[in-house]
Amino acid sequence: MPQYAVLIYNRELPDGFPPEQLRDLMQANEELPARVAENGGQIVAGVALEPPATATAIRGGAFTDGPFAETKEAIAGLYVLEARDLDHALALAAMTPSIDGGVEVRPVFGTFGIPGAS
Amino acid sequence: MLAATVRVTRDIDAAEEAVQDAYVQALAAWARDGVPARPGAWLTTVSRRIALNNLRRDRTLQRKLPLLIMAEDTQPTPPGGFPDDRLRLVFTCCHPALSAEAQVALTLRLICGVSTPDIARAFLVSEPAMAARITRAKKKIAAAHIPYAVPAAAELPGRLDAALTVVHLLYTTGHTAASGADLIRDDLADRALDLARMLHQLLPAGREAAGLLALLLAHQARRDTRTDADGGLLRLEEQDRSRWDHDQIAEADRLIVAALKAGPPGRFTLQAAIAALHAQARCYADTDWPQILTLYDALLTIWPAPVVLLNRAAALSMTEGPQAALAVVESLEDDGSLAGYHYLPATKADLLRRLGRPAEAAEAYQAALTLTSNRAEQEFLNRRMVMARRQASAR
Repeated sequence: MPQYAVLIYNRELPDGFPPEQLRDLMQANEELPARVAENGGQIVAGVALEPPATATAIRGGAFTDGPFAETKEAIAGLYVLEARDLDHALALAAMTPSIDGGVEVRPVFGTFGIPGAS
Repeated sequence: MLAATVRVTRDIDAAEEAVQDAYVQALAAWARDGVPARPGAWLTTVSRRIALNNLRRDRTLQRKLPLLIMAEDTQPTPPGGFPDDRLRLVFTCCHPALSAEAQVALTLRLICGVSTPDIARAFLVSEPAMAARITRAKKKIAAAHIPYAVPAAAELPGRLDAALTVVHLLYTTGHTAASGADLIRDDLADRALDLARMLHQLLPAGREAAGLLALLLAHQARRDTRTDADGGLLRLEEQDRSRWDHDQIAEADRLIVAALKAGPPGRFTLQAAIAALHAQARCYADTDWPQILTLYDALLTIWPAPVVLLNRAAALSMTEGPQAALAVVESLEDDGSLAGYHYLPATKADLLRRLGRPAEAAEAYQAALTLTSNRAEQEFLNRRMVMARRQASAR
């Protein structure tokens, strides 16, 4: 089955999200792999990221504090998904929980360190 | 033919190549043996065979390339054609993951077989730009595994709406060309009508497919009367109704009645019903404006778009007078969502003219004039503007 990277974008709030909203988000995230599997897909790998304020960018060998690109919505995590085709992948990725954000679905060209590489 | 060959190659470029080779073979074979009884079937069979041979030839290369995703089913090909394949190709080309521009270009290129230079000309972009747009879209189809399949029943209404929107856009582009001397670009409108007919035949239970076909037929019936002998634009009330195509109008009416009976109407069916009411009136004064207004109200509930409000205002001016309609047009102006749309000031100008306010009408005609690049429309608006100015200065 083809693989897709699902990049999760969330809007950055200056004071972070309220704790109860964050707790709901975490729980929904933990349930996601099972829901995807129930619907005929598979999440083969995934990471959740610390906030962009903790990032360090390296450009031309120079280190700078902060993410590579300053945007209203920042990447909060990503996972690699196996699906039958784009329609299937989009249906599965649409189940991704997010607070005031969304996801981008990109076909995977190649992988390393991930089982079932295409 | 292309659609049937894509199923063998699972690659659009390879299928196009095989189809072209089949035509070359046909030239020689038909000159030698005569034209076969079913030339279309002959060409399809040959291009599928060529595609298979090519596929075997570069199997090793092929294995490394991303291929179109095929539905798991292996239904036998129905006798007399490959309607399922054509439908699959429509849904691939009109996939919402592709941009609207790419959807239209791919549909013309792969389903209608229009050449890339011709598509570029129709959409007023350079040939390399159009070629790049088509190549980019084909690459995305392959890399992202956009399926070559008719969507599942649950997704079908939404995806069909996307496909119908592409066909409608194609027709409107052909119906009132965005620029150039001719008001109507016949070939694009014809292609759109063919596509609408095909979609209706392939999906007979799709009420909105019937609605779109009816809508295009009701417009097409008036095509020859929309301009005078010099190519100048004629308004609905000036057109020679005896020259309208009454067979097309009758066909549109049958489709609409059947669609309305089958369930709640969608936006294409409602627009078709409005166009059909215009087409069925014996003269302009006979037009059933109250009924048209009712249909616009129904349309607004399922499609609350500013452009629908503008068209409804024109009908409102016939039932409640131009003053009521002007209030709607002015609120649309303040709202700003139709800024740059030349029918907004053109409608306003006509209402002001009817209200006996020629100086303001002339200004609105002027505003509309700067927003269209279609020469027939420019000449019409200019004529109206000059007339309004003359009236204003005569006071």
